[in-house]
Amino acid sequence: MSADRPEARDPLAAPAALSAPVTLPEALAGAEPVESVCTPIRMAYTYTPGRALSRYLRAMADKRILGERCGATGQVFVPPRGVSPLAGAATSEVVELADTGYVESFNITRVPIERRPDLKPPYCSAWIVLDGASVGFLGLVINLAPEEVRIGMRVRAVWKPDEELETSAANILGWEPTGEPDEVITDYERIGRIEASDP
Amino acid sequence: MASERTAVIGVGQTKYAAARRDVSMAGLLREAAYRALEMANKTWSDIDAVIIGKAPDFFEGVMMPEVYLAEALGAVGKPIMRVHTAGSVGGSTGCVAASMVQSRVHRCVLTIGWEKQSESNAMWALSLPQPFATSVNAGAGGYFSPIIRRYMMMTDAPELIGCMVAHKDRRQALLNPYAHLHQHDLTFEQVVDSPMLWDPIRYSETCPSSDGACAIVLVDEAGGDRHPGPVAWVHGTAMRSESNSYGGRNMVSPAASEQCADDVFAQAGIVDRRAEIDAVEMYVPFSWYEPMWLESLGFAAVGEGWRMVESGATELDGGDLPVNCSGGVLSSNPIGASGMIRFAEAALQVMGAAGEHQVDGARRAVGHAYGGGAQYFAMWIVGSDKP
Repeated sequence: MSADRPEARDPLAAPAALSAPVTLPEALAGAEPVESVCTPIRMAYTYTPGRALSRYLRAMADKRILGERCGATGQVFVPPRGVSPLAGAATSEVVELADTGYVESFNITRVPIERRPDLKPPYCSAWIVLDGASVGFLGLVINLAPEEVRIGMRVRAVWKPDEELETSAANILGWEPTGEPDEVITDYERIGRIEASDP
Repeated sequence: MASERTAVIGVGQTKYAAARRDVSMAGLLREAAYRALEMANKTWSDIDAVIIGKAPDFFEGVMMPEVYLAEALGAVGKPIMRVHTAGSVGGSTGCVAASMVQSRVHRCVLTIGWEKQSESNAMWALSLPQPFATSVNAGAGGYFSPIIRRYMMMTDAPELIGCMVAHKDRRQALLNPYAHLHQHDLTFEQVVDSPMLWDPIRYSETCPSSDGACAIVLVDEAGGDRHPGPVAWVHGTAMRSESNSYGGRNMVSPAASEQCADDVFAQAGIVDRRAEIDAVEMYVPFSWYEPMWLESLGFAAVGEGWRMVESGATELDGGDLPVNCSGGVLSSNPIGASGMIRFAEAALQVMGAAGEHQVDGARRAVGHAYGGGAQYFAMWIVGSDKP
């Protein structure tokens, strides 16, 4: 057994087992070497949203935002997935939420995003905590310069024109400032804080 | 019955690069695996089982690659097991591999993680459209930027702490021949002046996209005792996960992260984490995660992590708790391997085999990985002495 110190070896040298030269069969002599081929793949699928998200998406067509409350923890989730992750239980109650809330935190994207050529950088994406919700809801902050966005800023939804509404979260074009005083946040560690039932 | 003492006797890494066009996915794995076997003085016939980890299949568009890779993995006719925990997978895979020996199911296990990002598009694979939410986030940076912003606001950290981390890791990468990024002349000012991508995250504060693989050979106590070369003993392993969205979640320092750290330090019998650990390889894909994890892992009090960075405490050159001496994820990021590289580099430190980026006299080191929406965690502690 060799007791070579590993640090004594050239770290980039090919392992002995892989250092033998590769010889091609004669039939392949003179063939053009191929390093890689690009084969775009695509998968189309039908999405079945389930009960909670179906209710949520249908309500979107009426400019209403539906969340769901967990009977065990009191937490309200939006978009609702039908389950409460902490309790490990089904949510028990549908809750209609206001289309107002505050900015929990935000990002300013300064690179283009492939699927949204309509979004011209820089733009601000934010987690919005809707009034009455326990978790942040992802959206764009619009109608002001991204640099003016603040954590705690009060915002309201900007909806598509009524004739363009569909069963989609895309009905909310973004969130604009209400002009109300900022939420006072003292506990920065707790993102998605709950006011009343926080354990 | 106590678990079997378990030792790392071999580590193998590929050269990490934006595109390893000279090798196929199989060739990439063989390069790492054979280097690990050479260091371990083992051949494929000594390996009882192979434990693998990589990021989700749709990254490269190759479904269940373990099936076609069985031969390159030396796994034909042997038990093979694949671990899935998003970006933390390399770490979780190391923990699962160790458990195979600790539980006495196998005596000698090879574990390997990899990614060939040049054959994929991870940024957009991570931004799949969802019909119930608006598609506004651009990859992982867009997701983590608000959490970092929250940390900065919570701790009043100076704006350039992240740039200090990035500059440190890129300089330390120059000492690691396997690192992807070798930016010899990168100045601190260039890091600061690099473009904002996901404000407050700059271009130079983000990880690259890399091809690469990393392998580790683990053996039981008798195998560790017999090994003629350096050995790293496993002193503890821990994994935790949590939902990425619930009310009151601390996204800066998730409960799963703190509990994972508490578990692994307790297993290793460590009380004063900063004093008793000699080197840390932590998962820092965006620079600000260094101070954030320093706090979450209990190396610094809440709000004090950035002060450790600012004071130089995490530098290889003169710091008391060197972090990411290898250059870290900020210098090499083959996603499925990135966690395992942290575990492997921690082992190399206590084996005294880290070469130019060796921490003098390192006896105990931490390997750490996280993934998903900062919701999957894996850690191990390795030591030069038997636990």
